Amino acid sequence: MKPPTFDSLSVGDEIPSLKTPAVSRHTLALYCGASGDHNPIHVDLDFAKSSGLDDVIAHGMLSTGYLGRMLTNWVPQSAIKSWKNRFSAMTQIGDSVTCSGKIIEKFEDGGEKFIRLELQTNTECVQTIIAEAVVVLE
Amino acid sequence: MDYKNYINKTYEPFTIEVEKGRLRFFAQAIGEQNPIYQEESTAQEAGYESIPAPLTFPFSITMDAGQSFNVLEDMGIPKTKAVHGEQGFIYHKPICADDVVTGQQKIVDIYEKKGGALLFIVTEISLSNQRNEPVCDLQSTIVVRNG
Repeated sequence: MKPPTFDSLSVGDEIPSLKTPAVSRHTLALYCGASGDHNPIHVDLDFAKSSGLDDVIAHGMLSTGYLGRMLTNWVPQSAIKSWKNRFSAMTQIGDSVTCSGKIIEKFEDGGEKFIRLELQTNTECVQTIIAEAVVVLE
Repeated sequence: MDYKNYINKTYEPFTIEVEKGRLRFFAQAIGEQNPIYQEESTAQEAGYESIPAPLTFPFSITMDAGQSFNVLEDMGIPKTKAVHGEQGFIYHKPICADDVVTGQQKIVDIYEKKGGALLFIVTEISLSNQRNEPVCDLQSTIVVRNG
């Protein structure tokens, strides 16, 4: 798939979104092992309850991983120059994560062409991440 | 308690070997289906030296090195009072399988909000590869509920 060109994009354009299947305990167990984030709050129900939660909660960085997938589905990974995520709410078991993004700025610097994106992840009921990324394009 | 004297504290440098199987497992765990994250030959055709680390994998490198949230223990703050507030990445070069990555964590800022009810701890880690090339800079903000 050919990446989009700088000239073909306008401020306000949305990039192709991504929606994940419902996050399950199995999803979190796999991400626990694969990511090296072994905090029991994500996989051990007894621990989660003793911490005052009703259930385990998803890793924030799992949703960031989904957001990254949306970006690399759209442009090659090497085009992504920087990225900042702010976590605003927890993702619960059974939530499906929707990733979306839109172009908020086009600019040139040092002979290269960049776009700035505003990104977010949402569950059915709440926004979980708000983020910004800078991507270099031809 | 005054935590300000932790600003500019640096932690022990670390080295992590980036393993091919681990990168495949990580890609599967985030549902990544692009074959460049599974097959070395496909990755090489796309211009990578080997299977590339997905965008958020650098954070796992810092977890593996025990250099993520370890500042809490160092500062005597219970983990249960803290949440991951922000995570930023600046990318310089791809990290690929078989790379040997080094880094060192530094606390760059600590500040309070809401009259001291919330404490923000900002840390930075710059990662380089075995050729001393910068690959990725991470900035993390941990938010602690005081009291």
